[in-house]
Amino acid sequence: MRRTATRTAAAASTLTMALVLSGCLGQEQESDAGRNADAKDVTLTITSNSDAGGKNEINARWIEEWVIPEFTKQQKDKGVNVTIEHDGIGVDDADYKAKVALDFGTDIGGDIVEIDGIWLGEFAQGGQIRPLTDVVGDEVDSWDGWDQIPDAVEALGAFEDQRYGIPLGTDGRVIFFNKKLFAKAGLPADWQPTSWEDITEAAVALKKLPGVVPLQLNAGTAMTEATTMQAVLPLLAGTGSEVWADGKWQGGTDDMTAVLDLYQRIYQGGLGDPVLQQEAKGRDKSFEMFSQNKIGILFEGDYLWRGVLSADGVAPMADRDTAVGWAKIPARTPGSGVDGQDFVSMSGGSIRVINPKTEFPQQAWELLEFMNSAEATKVRLGDTAQITQRDDVNAEVLTGDPMLSFVAEEILPITRFRPGLADYPKVSAALQQATADVVAGRSAAEASAAYQAAMVKAVGEDAVSGG
Amino acid sequence: MTPRQVARRLAYTAFMAVVLAFFAVPMLWLASAPFDSDPGLGLRWPDWTLTNWQVTFEHPYALSSLVNSVVLCVVATAVTTVFATLAAYTLSRVRIPGRDALLYVLLLLSSVVTGTAAMVPIFVMMFQLGLTNSQYATGLVIAGGLLPAAIFILKDFVDSVPRSYEESARVFGASPTQVLLHVVLPVARPGIATILVWAFVQAWGNFLLPFLLMRDVSSQPAAVLLRTLRDEGGSANLTVIPVFSLLYAIPVVALYLFVSKRYGFRFHGGIKA
Amino acid sequence: MVDAPPARRTGRARDTAGIGVARAVTFVSPALVLIGLFLVFPALWTIYIGITDYTLTGTASVAPKIVGLGNFVEALDDALFGNALWLTLVFVLGSAVIGQNFLGFALAWLLRGARPALRRVVESLVLMSWILPSVVVAYLWIALLDRDGGTLGALIGSPGTAWLVEYPMASLVVFNTWRGTAFSMLLYSSALAAVPPSQLETARSVGASGWQTVRDVVFPHIRGHVLTNTLLISLWTANDFGPFLLTAGGPNHASETLPVFIYQQAVPSGRLGYAAAVSVLLLLVNLVVSAVYLLLLRKRS
Repeated sequence: MRRTATRTAAAASTLTMALVLSGCLGQEQESDAGRNADAKDVTLTITSNSDAGGKNEINARWIEEWVIPEFTKQQKDKGVNVTIEHDGIGVDDADYKAKVALDFGTDIGGDIVEIDGIWLGEFAQGGQIRPLTDVVGDEVDSWDGWDQIPDAVEALGAFEDQRYGIPLGTDGRVIFFNKKLFAKAGLPADWQPTSWEDITEAAVALKKLPGVVPLQLNAGTAMTEATTMQAVLPLLAGTGSEVWADGKWQGGTDDMTAVLDLYQRIYQGGLGDPVLQQEAKGRDKSFEMFSQNKIGILFEGDYLWRGVLSADGVAPMADRDTAVGWAKIPARTPGSGVDGQDFVSMSGGSIRVINPKTEFPQQAWELLEFMNSAEATKVRLGDTAQITQRDDVNAEVLTGDPMLSFVAEEILPITRFRPGLADYPKVSAALQQATADVVAGRSAAEASAAYQAAMVKAVGEDAVSGG
Repeated sequence: MTPRQVARRLAYTAFMAVVLAFFAVPMLWLASAPFDSDPGLGLRWPDWTLTNWQVTFEHPYALSSLVNSVVLCVVATAVTTVFATLAAYTLSRVRIPGRDALLYVLLLLSSVVTGTAAMVPIFVMMFQLGLTNSQYATGLVIAGGLLPAAIFILKDFVDSVPRSYEESARVFGASPTQVLLHVVLPVARPGIATILVWAFVQAWGNFLLPFLLMRDVSSQPAAVLLRTLRDEGGSANLTVIPVFSLLYAIPVVALYLFVSKRYGFRFHGGIKA
Repeated sequence: MVDAPPARRTGRARDTAGIGVARAVTFVSPALVLIGLFLVFPALWTIYIGITDYTLTGTASVAPKIVGLGNFVEALDDALFGNALWLTLVFVLGSAVIGQNFLGFALAWLLRGARPALRRVVESLVLMSWILPSVVVAYLWIALLDRDGGTLGALIGSPGTAWLVEYPMASLVVFNTWRGTAFSMLLYSSALAAVPPSQLETARSVGASGWQTVRDVVFPHIRGHVLTNTLLISLWTANDFGPFLLTAGGPNHASETLPVFIYQQAVPSGRLGYAAAVSVLLLLVNLVVSAVYLLLLRKRS
């Protein structure tokens, strides 16, 4: 009797769990874009990976101190009572993503949610977010702000040719170098390499300086996405290949092996510091070392300039404006880059999407428009400079900053974006692992073969090129 | 003293010195970095300043997060200690079939639930129950994970309290509740105190549950806030972290000192299989 | 279980405290309700997720499919899982079974006769390392082992060694010994109080060495304590997430114990089904540890 009871209980609980699992995690509601359009009392929540006092503080303060009061006032004048909340907490991207994913599965997520552009595909394929025209209606396409957003930037918020969200801005990858160390090593202050060979030659010259790491090219799994974004993808683009092309992911091709071979030359040839790559806080450390004149050449995004070395950055460099130089990332050899380019770069950025489950789709869109107006964008920057999504704002705010103007003018036209597909995180992890293998001492050919095998396992043989 | 005794004495002193150094040296950072003008991930004689403290106190959520932590942990600790004591006492004194096996199974399951893999069930369940964004509910979830180990330790502890005390109290007409309150509890106090500190420490350090279950940064506990102390790009903010770490450590240390002074802090013949 | 009707009688007979059935239920149920709701239910649900291909995002997050034992088969074939399992065993054996156990016992044994002041200082320091929050402790140890400014490098006069990169597992074992010795020390000091002083006296009078005394006189008395202690600290260590804060599993998976592996799979990779299956495997490892412990305990009686 006892046994039967146990069994019944077990069956019942399994059934309950199955029901709960399928019920709560898979609901997808068909909804009317015009619902609650005339509501007089509206509550909206903005979810972001930022908080005042922590990560992305500027963004959090802007939302709390400008967007919320201003939008509330604007709506009040129209006779609508809006209450906006900011659900923001700045943590690791992976943790934030997990939280947003759980939110999308239930009903407590924000109405406007900030996500990394690279997650768009995963959420779109899962149906957790939907095209703006579905959620809000066709009037989305007639927003005048779209004209101000360059197509490449707009693509950050698009998936399969449909707009899902509005980007917050973008960035670009360059090669930073320390002019003081360059002078000591007899290298020019206006250095602009035109091939990988030029880079390694400069590194060899820098190697003579004591206590200096000649070249920091992010590698390994500890650096996570920084490895992929700052180093592997720009290098790969310099071989003429893209990580995702013609419906296939880049496998262990000759181009991939060439990238890994550069890693091998750098890390097994004493041009980089292999240990730094493997420390849990290696990237922070590389910032600190660069600001202390201990790294000659560093592959990084413009964040290094505006957020790290600046006076209020994590590793301020007092003589940043005179000591730091920057150059475009060259293709392997002139003309060998994607589309025959001589120079390449990679860009990314966050986007804001509207939660399809919002109770107030029209008002959420209105708020999103408001947050992306030229005025709002300018206020968001305050006295800082950053490449925003809007051309009109960039034209104004970037003039005083030579580095960011350089990115806007020279880098954005040649840059590429990562493919925002559900499988991308797995591919990125495999790329990081391949570089980790080389740093740990394996040959480029071995690492490339292991990468090919990992890719086949991760995304399936049909979706991998080469091998 | 014979040479042999001298040698022993020296070996003993050397061992204690090494142990003291081993346990003390890692903590030095907590004494120097909060007061250093340029705190780094390393130890050095500080370039004394209190600026870090000022910056930390000006942080909009730093101090309130400590208050949130206290609320959360008091709930989790009180629930764990009280419920575990009651359950452990009963399980020790009343023979229930399959008791030991049940305790082991629960102890093992607690390892699954405290892992990251259980985050979806817990999150969805709490959402369905309408219990998200509540300090109290989050405290209860934490307590649920701590209870098996707490009962396990306390039961062994109560097992070692001689039953003759209770029997004589019964002879003098004390009710079972009185026996528990006036006979068992005083004897078991150091063990309960240990569990109390242990539960508090566990709850105090829990990051994932409050992070997922609380919606508002202003109601997040210190364990979560400590992970948000980053700059725009996500690099650690070393101006605030050392000071905040120190502030964050003080309540646990204070609780330990208080409890150990007042109730003793040892297993006192407890944990015995 | 066969004696359902007399259970009440035997129950009463053993119920020396006179708790009674009604009160027993009242005392036990609050704990059981909480455990049932917040522990057993999510745990069973996690096990269920372990047989699906459920993911955090993407298509499988909306319509997860049952894949049966697929995740388990994949794990057993996954070199990284094997690596994590091995590292977990090393971690448990090195830091808990050997490190915390021996250091904890040594401290308890040697502090018995120590001056109260010394005893208080040592005990407080050891306990402090146990109660400090893990995030804080992680910063302390990163500062200790740092390559450039690390305290350890400065102390032993060899700066430039990146301990966490070059010797990740050894560092973690030492770290966790530091972190958890307090529990063993507390437990053994109370256990030692139960060893009859007369027997220790006898051992001394026949000229037994310290080691002989421990082996022949003390150990038989505290055998049960040793086993319980080893079980608890093994389980805690096997499930400890602390290594993540120090090394994040690196370099190149060299310190990726199972809890770190599970986190990597569940959060950054979003493979919840797979992570849940690995959690179940971790549970099985724990089960084996407990079974060995129970077996040893039974052998005693």
